[in-house]
Parts: sequence; structure tokens; C-alpha cells
Amino acid sequence: MIWVDTIIQGILLGGLYALFAAGLSLVFGIMRLVNLAHGDLIVLGAYLILLLVTLTGLSPFVAAAVAMPFMFALGYGLQKFMLNRVLGDDILPPLLVTFGLSVVLQNALLEGFSADSQRIQSGPLSSASVEIAGLNLGVMPLLTFASALVVIIGLNQLFYRTSLGRAFRATSDDPTTASLMGIKPAGIFAKATGIAMIIVTIAALYLGMRSNFDPSIGPARLIYAFEAVIIGGLGSLWGTLAGGVIIGVAQTVGAAINPEWQILAGHMAFLVVLLLRPRGLFPRAVD
Amino acid sequence: MTALLETRGLTARYGDFQALFGVDLVLDEGETIAIIGSNGAGKTTLMRSIAGVLTNPVDSIRFEDRAIGGRPADEIMAMGIAMVPEGRKLFPSLSVEENLQIGAYGRQTGGYWSLETVYELFPVLKERRNNPGTALSGGQQQMVAIGRALMSNPRVLLCDEISLGLAPVIIKDIYKAVPKIRASGASMIVVEQDIGQAMAVADRVYCMMEGRITLSGRPSDLSREAIHNAYFGAAA
Repeated sequence: MIWVDTIIQGILLGGLYALFAAGLSLVFGIMRLVNLAHGDLIVLGAYLILLLVTLTGLSPFVAAAVAMPFMFALGYGLQKFMLNRVLGDDILPPLLVTFGLSVVLQNALLEGFSADSQRIQSGPLSSASVEIAGLNLGVMPLLTFASALVVIIGLNQLFYRTSLGRAFRATSDDPTTASLMGIKPAGIFAKATGIAMIIVTIAALYLGMRSNFDPSIGPARLIYAFEAVIIGGLGSLWGTLAGGVIIGVAQTVGAAINPEWQILAGHMAFLVVLLLRPRGLFPRAVD
Repeated sequence: MTALLETRGLTARYGDFQALFGVDLVLDEGETIAIIGSNGAGKTTLMRSIAGVLTNPVDSIRFEDRAIGGRPADEIMAMGIAMVPEGRKLFPSLSVEENLQIGAYGRQTGGYWSLETVYELFPVLKERRNNPGTALSGGQQQMVAIGRALMSNPRVLLCDEISLGLAPVIIKDIYKAVPKIRASGASMIVVEQDIGQAMAVADRVYCMMEGRITLSGRPSDLSREAIHNAYFGAAA
């Protein structure tokens, strides 16, 4: 029973990693851009929510909803005025620019909020639990996982059921031919990054409510996100969820064997998958 | 009467390589013109320039008496110039129907062409509507590419090498659609290497060689010898 419990806790933890990764997966899937500042943008989102909660006394969930349009605008502007300029056949310039952005964000947050670790207070919710089939499950992990499911399902609906989703896929296939369809690739990229920032806000909400954060923790979140995306197969949204779950389960199982092994076990699982399936579990048929 | 679409002294270059040298071309409302010429004559470059994929001087291309040179492809498409690109260029991530739907993304003016009328034009596409576009035969893919361009109800339809790599019987099938496309009110520019096919569908023919127009006129006025000379260069 202890193992069932461990694995279910791992699956639920995987929801958090999938939330970290979904925005990264979306952006990579559409424009082959690896955003090295992704983790720092999540931390920025967490500070924005914290600020709103502290200043206005809103519930964290409402504060996150308020933060979403701002984060969308930030992503849209970031893509339009900065990242679109460096996108091209060479993959190095976008990596350098987002790495620089990561450094700038960390230092700006340090300047603005100091190095003290913070937490978004969520009241009794943080320790609430429910009993399902003899297992005690935390409400917060359940909510996190449910949010990850909603995000992945929502993104899939957007991709495969809407006109904007068709434009996303067409632009990802061939930006030049897409422009012959009246699609402005630069605008599509800006919208995609804007949407990714909405997901980042959701990830930031759970990051901030579940654990302490400070300006320096972004890169570690990026690693988890990156591993989840790679395990799942680049550009596959369901794969990203699966990747998050695999890391989560590996971490809880590792921790159950020896608490020191938690983080290491996650990274080991990543390496094992990479060894057996170098293109990930669900690689896109078209690349 | 002013022309629907016109190029004036259009030049184009890829880096140091000049591909077009002062091309003057006129397309009148309701007209179909064919551009013939051998590989490397500049036909595709001309199409890509008009469609806005290549940038050009503002005044070198006029559409409905507006200078449209230098506008990006998505704006040109929204004005009503749609292109069937060389090599079909279907989107592999999209089904046949989605490929058609995305053709109207930037221009939803309404008009004769819709999913229904495109399926009437090419009934086989309706059967394969849920297949990935790239799972179709070459001829069917070409039909999708033409249908995709028609979905925006264009004023001008640019067709670049629509018979390239297809069997003659299939080419015939595809060209059967041209009268119906003309009847819907679209003017057409058809780029062809197949001289016979071009002469059969076009009101006027332009022949290109090495980035210049070497001959133009109505098919009935052009002698076989004149075309041969314009196509391959004068025999020494």
C-alpha cells in the first residue's frame, strides 16, 4: 500500500512538472525556440501573484487570474520586440538572448524583492487532504494535477479545434507557405508566447503556494520542465504530461528508498529515457 | 481601362544573383495568362515577387491601381492574390480539410468558393478529407493546393507549375478545373513548362528566358518558331 501511495503522490507531483513544462513545450513546438528564461518567468509570475495578494488581499487564485492578462502581454511583447528578431536558421542567437534574459530577470527580482524566500499563503488549503480509497491525498497536489490536465486538454483543443490552432500548426510546418495563407508568422509567434505566459502564470501559482521561492530558483524549474518536454518527445503536449509524471514518480520512489535520492532519481529517469528513446516517448511524426 | 495586375520594370535578385531584369506584365480582369519558359527562366521568381514572398520596389507591382510592391505576403493575400506554390507545399500537420480551411485564414470575404464548392470541383478530396494532406497522391495533393488557394475567393490566382511531376492523364484532370475557376470570376496567371497546355488555357501567353520576357501575345498569333526562339533562344 505504501508503494501505491508513493506512486500516486509521484503522479500528482508530475502535474506540477507538467505545468512547468507545458509553456516550454508549446513554444518549442511552434517555433523551435528553447526559452532558457522559462523558469525565471515562472518565478516572475509567482512574485506578481504574491504582490497582488499582499497589496489587495485577493485569494491567490483570483490574483493569478488578474495576473494572466499582464503575463500574456509580457509574452506577446517579449516575442514581438525581442525574440522574433533573433529567430532564424541559426539556433544559437535565441539561446543566447533567452539566457541573457534569464540573468536579467534573476537580478531584477533580487533587486526588487531581495533574496528572502517567499510563499504565497493559501490558508487552510495548503494542508487540507481528502481520503480516496483508503489513501490520504493532499488537496493541493490534486488541484495541481487537475490544473495540469485542464491545461493540456485546453491546449490540445486550441491546437486541433480552432482556426488559431490550425495557424499554429501550419506556421510550425512552413512559415513561408503560411504567409501565403494570410498568416503573419511573427504575429502567430507572439500569440503563442503570450499563451505560454498564461500557462506560466498557472505554474507560478502552484509553485508559489506549494513551496518557498526566491529569485534564484528559476533555472532548477527550467531543468524539470526541459526534462519533461524531452522525455515526452519535443512538441507533443500529452508527451509533456507523461514526461512530468515520469519525473514525479521517479522522484517520489527515489525519496521513498532514500530521501537523499529524490532529485537524483528524477534526473536518472530522464537519462534512462534518453538512452532508450533518444527522440522521447511520443515524438512528432513530422519534424 | 487599367489592368487588374501589372508589373513595371520588375527586377528581383537573390543576393548577388539577379533573377529578373525589368519584367513588364499585364493581367486584365477576367483574363487568364500563361507564363512559359524553361527551368531557371525566372517564372517562379516572378510569381514569388507578385505574391510578396520576395520584396520588391513599391512601384514595380500594381494591383487594382494600387502600388503593392514591398508589401508582405500575408497582406497581399488579404488583398486577393492567392498562390498555388510550386511543389504544392501542403502543411503536413494538417488534414486535407484543414489544409483547405487554412486557405481562407487571412481573407474571409465570402464568395463562390467554400469547402462545399471546392469538394464539388474535386470530389475525391471529400472522400479523403480526414487524411493528412501528405498521404495523398501527387495529383490529389495538387488539387488540395488549388482548393486551398481558392478558399480565399481570390481576385487573382497564381498557379506555379501545377503540372510538375504529374502523369499526363492527371494533368488533364486538373486543367479541367480551370474553366470553372475562371467562371467563378478569378483572373489567373498560370506558370507552365508544358507549352501545349499553356496555349490551350490562356488568353495570352508570355514567354520568359533568363529573367526577361522574350515574347508575348495571343496563342493564335504566335508561330511555333517564334515560341521556340523565345523559349530556347534564337537558333544560331
